[in-house]
Amino acid sequence: MDTQEGACLPKLSRVAVCGGTHGNELSGVYLIKELMKRRREADDEEQPILVLSNPRAAQQCLRYIEVDLNRCFSHDALNAPLSDSAPYEVIRSREINAVLGPKGSADSVDFICDLHNTTANMGLCFISCSDSDWISLHIFKHLQLCIPDIPMRYLHFDLSHDEAYSLDSVGKHGFAMEVGPQPHGVVRSNVYTTMKTALELVLHWIRLFNCGTVFEGGPVDVFTLVKHVDYPRDCSTHDIVAAIHPLLQDKDFCLLNPGDPVFQTFSGETITYNGSESLYPFFINECAYYEKGIAFSLSRKSRVNVPSLRANRDQSR
Amino acid sequence: MDHVFFPAFSRVAISGGTHGNELSGVHIVREMQKHNVNQMGSLSVCPILSNPRSIEVCRRYIDTDLNRCFTDALLSTPLTDSSSCELRRAHELNALLGPKGSDRAMDLVCDLHNTTSNMGLCFIIDFLDWILLHMVKYVQIKMPTAPIRVINTNVASKSLSYSVDSVAKHGFAIEVGPQPHGVLRADIYNMMKEAVDHTLDWLNKFNAGTTFEGDKVEVFVWEKSVDYPRDPETSQLTAVIHPKLQDNDFKLLQHGNPIFKTFTGETVNYEGEDLYPFFINECAYYEKRIAFHLAKKETIAFPPISVKKE
Repeated sequence: MDTQEGACLPKLSRVAVCGGTHGNELSGVYLIKELMKRRREADDEEQPILVLSNPRAAQQCLRYIEVDLNRCFSHDALNAPLSDSAPYEVIRSREINAVLGPKGSADSVDFICDLHNTTANMGLCFISCSDSDWISLHIFKHLQLCIPDIPMRYLHFDLSHDEAYSLDSVGKHGFAMEVGPQPHGVVRSNVYTTMKTALELVLHWIRLFNCGTVFEGGPVDVFTLVKHVDYPRDCSTHDIVAAIHPLLQDKDFCLLNPGDPVFQTFSGETITYNGSESLYPFFINECAYYEKGIAFSLSRKSRVNVPSLRANRDQSR
Repeated sequence: MDHVFFPAFSRVAISGGTHGNELSGVHIVREMQKHNVNQMGSLSVCPILSNPRSIEVCRRYIDTDLNRCFTDALLSTPLTDSSSCELRRAHELNALLGPKGSDRAMDLVCDLHNTTSNMGLCFIIDFLDWILLHMVKYVQIKMPTAPIRVINTNVASKSLSYSVDSVAKHGFAIEVGPQPHGVLRADIYNMMKEAVDHTLDWLNKFNAGTTFEGDKVEVFVWEKSVDYPRDPETSQLTAVIHPKLQDNDFKLLQHGNPIFKTFTGETVNYEGEDLYPFFINECAYYEKRIAFHLAKKETIAFPPISVKKE
C-alpha cells in the first residue's frame, strides 16, 4: 500500500542468495561456497537460503553444460512440458523453482540476490526487470551511501515479471548483482571483496527493513536497456570481422554519441555508431555475449523518484 | 663475442589458436589466411590454426592441453583409438611443421598466445637462441613504448620441450596480456600484430644480408612455481592472489611481501628468495596448480650475426 508519504511492503521473511548460476563466474561461486562453509562450521540454519545454482557447470568451470541456466526462468519456460531429453539446465531450473518458487505464487521466496561477474568494465551493477521495485531500489540507495567509492549503477531490463527469464525473477523481489571486470574462470581479490561487501550490505539492509526502519525516499538514476548491438560479421562464416574499438573498450556507462567509434576491423578501419540518439553503453565486450550476438548494449538514463519505504507493521502478506 | 653466421630463413609458420579461447592469435591467423598470405619478401609463410576443434567451441582444449603434447616422447608414442584429440593433432602438426629435430622442419614457428595476467608482450623461448634474442631486440626498438620482455622457460633439453613451437629449428611463443580468454581486445590484437609484423620484417632483413650488431637483453629465467593455498581434502582454493600482487607481473617479489588473501580476509606472505613473478592469476593455470611463476632476471649478451652466404 503506497501513501503520499511513502510505500509499505511486507517484510522479507525468506531471502535467498545464489551464486554460480554461470559456473565460471568465480566471485559468486567462491562466495557462496564460503558462506555455506561458515554456516556448516557455525552449525547455523539461519537465513538466508544459499544456493549453488549450477553445480555441474561450477565443477567444470564452464558458463553452462548444455544451455544458459539464466535464461530458463520465464513463466513460459518454467511451465512448458519437460521432455526426457531436457537439457541439464532446464531440469535444474525446475529444481530451483521448486525450492525458491514457484515463481509467481505466494510461496515463492521474498527476495533473491543472484551473484554474477562480467568481463566488461561495469563496476557493480544491479540488474532488475523492474524500475519500480522499491525494495531493490532502496537497497541500491543504501549501497550508494555505504560504499560511495565503488562505481555502481542500476540497470533495468523492461520485462514483465512473467517474461523475465533470469533466476532472480523467481522471487517476489530481487536482482542480479553483477561485478566486473573479471575474466571468467579467474577470481580477482578486489572484485571478490566488492561482491562480498555489497552482499553483506544487502543483507544488512534487509535486517534493518524487517526491524521497522523507515528509509527516506530520493532520486535514483536508472539505466534502461534500449537495444543490443552485434559485431560486424562475415556473411558466410558468421565470424566477427572487427573488435570493440579501443576508444569504446572499457567505457561502460560513458555516453556514446552518433559518430563515435565503436568497432575496429582487423584491417584497421574504424566503424562508427550510426544510431540517432546518444545512449549509454554497457556489457561492452562481455565474453559470454559473442555467441548471443551482442558486442555491447545501449541504455537510456532516467531518474526514478523512489518513495520512502518501510515494512508493513502486521505480518500478513 | 665472435660474429655468428646462420643459414637464411626460408619457411616460417605463424600459429594461432593453439589454445582455442586465446583469440588474438586466432584472428591474426584467420586474417592472414583470408588474404592468402603465403609469401612475405623472401619468406614462405604458413599461417596455421593449431587446434581448430577447440577454436570452434572457444575452449582452451577438447581433451588435453595441445601445447603440452610436443615432447619427443609424446610425438613418438604410437596413436591408439583412445589417444586424445590433441595428441592426434600434435602428430599432424609435427608432420606438417616438423618433424621435430629433423632438417625438414620449419625454420621458425611463432606461436601466438594470450594470458589473463598483466604481462604485456612476452617472447617465450626454451633456450638462449641468438636469432631469437636479436629478433626480440629489434621488436623492442621498433615498439619502444610497449612492455616487451623475454622469458626463458629453462627447459632441460629440446627433447623435453613440450610446446608446438619446439617443432621448428627456431621456435618461440608471443604471449600478450591481459586479455580474458574468449574475449578479443583491439589494443591487445594490435600489439600482437605489430610484433608479428616486425618479426617477419627482421627475418627478411636478415635474409637480405643485414649485419645485426651484438648487444645485451634482459631475460627472465624460470626458477619455480607457487600454487594457491588449498583445502587438503577438497583441493579447492582457500585464497586468491593478494591485491598487492595482482597485476604486478615482473615487479620484484621480496620475502615478506603479501601474495595471497584468504576468503576470510587473512594475508599470506611470500617466503623465499627475492624473485620476479609472472603469469600471476592466469586462468588456465588454476587446474595446473600454478598461482604464479617466479624467475631470476639475467642480462644476456649476444654476438653480432648475419646470414651465412652460400
